[in-house]
Amino acid sequence: MERPSGRDLTRSPGIRTERLTTLRLNGIRVGAIAVGAALAMTLSACGGGGGNSGSDDGVVIGFMGDLTGENSGIVIPPRNGARLAIDEYNATNPKVKITLKEYDSQGKGEQAVPLAKNAITKDKIVGMIGPAFSGESQQVAPVLEEGKIPSVSPSATNTALGKNGWKYWHRIVGNDEVQGGGVGDFIVRALEAKKVFVIHDNSEYGKPLGEKVEATAKSKGAATQIDAIDPEGSDFSSTINKVKAFSPDAIFFGGYYAEGGKLLKQLREAGVTARFLSGDGSLDKGLAEGAGEKNANGSIIACPCLIDPEGKTSQESKAFADKYRAKFNAPPAIYSAEGYDAATAFIEAIKAGNTTAEEINEFLSKVDVPGVSKQVKFLPTGEPAASEVYVYEVKGTTLPLIGKASEADV
Amino acid sequence: MFGNFIDQFWPSTIDGLSLGAIYALVALGYTMVYGVLRLINFAHSEIFMIGTFAGLITLNAIGLSGSVGGVALIGVVLLLAVVGALASGASAVALEFVAYRPLRRRGASRLAALISAIGASLFLQQLFARVLIPWWFDLPEEKGALPIQHHFVERTPVVSVGDLTIPNDKLMVFVGAILMMIALDQFVNRTRLGRGIRAAAQDPETAVLMGVNIDRVVSTTFLIGGAMAGVAAALYLLRFEDSHYFVGFLLGIKAFTAAVLGGIGNLRGALLGGLTLGLIEMYGSVIFGTEWQHVVAFSVLVLVLMFRPTGILGESLQQARA
Repeated sequence: MERPSGRDLTRSPGIRTERLTTLRLNGIRVGAIAVGAALAMTLSACGGGGGNSGSDDGVVIGFMGDLTGENSGIVIPPRNGARLAIDEYNATNPKVKITLKEYDSQGKGEQAVPLAKNAITKDKIVGMIGPAFSGESQQVAPVLEEGKIPSVSPSATNTALGKNGWKYWHRIVGNDEVQGGGVGDFIVRALEAKKVFVIHDNSEYGKPLGEKVEATAKSKGAATQIDAIDPEGSDFSSTINKVKAFSPDAIFFGGYYAEGGKLLKQLREAGVTARFLSGDGSLDKGLAEGAGEKNANGSIIACPCLIDPEGKTSQESKAFADKYRAKFNAPPAIYSAEGYDAATAFIEAIKAGNTTAEEINEFLSKVDVPGVSKQVKFLPTGEPAASEVYVYEVKGTTLPLIGKASEADV
Repeated sequence: MFGNFIDQFWPSTIDGLSLGAIYALVALGYTMVYGVLRLINFAHSEIFMIGTFAGLITLNAIGLSGSVGGVALIGVVLLLAVVGALASGASAVALEFVAYRPLRRRGASRLAALISAIGASLFLQQLFARVLIPWWFDLPEEKGALPIQHHFVERTPVVSVGDLTIPNDKLMVFVGAILMMIALDQFVNRTRLGRGIRAAAQDPETAVLMGVNIDRVVSTTFLIGGAMAGVAAALYLLRFEDSHYFVGFLLGIKAFTAAVLGGIGNLRGALLGGLTLGLIEMYGSVIFGTEWQHVVAFSVLVLVLMFRPTGILGESLQQARA
């Protein structure tokens, strides 16, 4: 998910504190970053001298993301997935054991960067699962690049990340462009929509996603119209008047669930009955809570992630879900499978006898094994070689999987 | 572009008026305080926010589940308005006591009061997000910043002319706001306290010499401005049914803009400015796209101020007499 680049997340009201502080207290914030940087330098200095704290007969893999903050709900499932994979591997009593070390970045780049430096110099990680969000990835990837540490993110979906020419960066989830194309196609193919209205929240995440959906729907022959809402506002009536005038068969919203819920509620109250769709930013029960369950029922949410606790898609999914349930006493949730697959990539590398960061990175360019969510295989850009978009239907406050966007019917 | 405008003219007008009515009620708080103290009370947006939470807590307390419509809805909204007005009015008075009065007593500059206002605004936001909201709604601390919802309104069309329907909530918002405006206008123009407010606005020193108790006038001004924000909060809940700690920020900016547009310090200016701003935003979004809503609104503000630097109706509270 492209959640939280520091700016992006300001879209969800939860993060407005931070944004507000940025707006009003710019000076202080700059100061804080300076202090952070100074601290990071001290830490790296210590790490450089102190050296070898990694275990002697094993290697350390990091996991970085928001583990305790307000968006930890979408980071703990992939962390659990990764932990499951690594515990399974260690249980086979291998020659080289893996220690999974967690770095709680709170999803914030300015916390993630010093943590990453520390991980490289002090903990001597040979690989990093994460960072979970796109914003922090943008800031941490150059640090890992410099430290020559390979990374695999289970959940950073911002398209631009794949265009930096980074050699050590990978992700195991489809990007927003893949998602937009998948949804656009689904709207025209499965829903047979002739008229599609796209609304986005003008964020780095919502805008390109919405525009990709619009472009795809248009190229498949649907008539389209697009409008943006201000996610900080509460009154979306001008957008709703446009929707009513256009009378679309389907509405796609590119943005996060907090605004998505409000928008959907106001649309339904204004008498708009068209099918509502949204992307992974709305894959949360908060959408139904915000809109009211009656208003939200039947809405379709797309995600490049696979959440399949029933094992509908494959035997592997079923087996994974059973193991996950047994270990964590909860069904797999968002990005669990991707977290497992990201860890699998590193485990395969280490199984093949690669124990330095450089060797592992080399191996990642060639790895080709089946994962739970998809084939674990990377393009030279670090993108996954194959990625599917899945669609989920809102039913009450649950979001059961329908299937692949390219095949599913409703 | 303009074809859309003609198609969507009437729905946009209704939405613009109902949004503008809320702006106008909040704008009153800015305008009255400015009229009397020449101070921009930046914490007024949080006074509004407090009103919305007072309403949400009331809805929980009376155990309202499911939606109500018709006369029952009017009753609920009246209750919310009373509770909101009490909570916001009391908070505004307390705010004045804590954040402004000590400065005023010591003859601090207006800039100091302005900084105090910004500080109070941030303090109240964080207090709600970190402490009060999690406590009231029994949430973990990190969820305190998320919106709190309580769906209670059953929306039904009350007036239909051709394709055009006016739903009950938008009509109630508009009518409610206008009624409050009229009541306030009468209060300021007809009562003894109102005369005191006007006198203090016109010339505070002479007013004191003439026996006006300036502290009481200032407290009354904050009380009324806050109460209006509380009523606005009830109407806001009627329209949107949710709130969060940051809800006042954008609305406060808009209301302040409305006050300046109409002529800050001028009660009728606040009404005119609020409704004008609401309409401009809606028409602007139809013509240029919703992402241009704020650009259009502020461009109009700049244009108006170029030709009428004191706003449409001109400055100052003392001129607001009939």
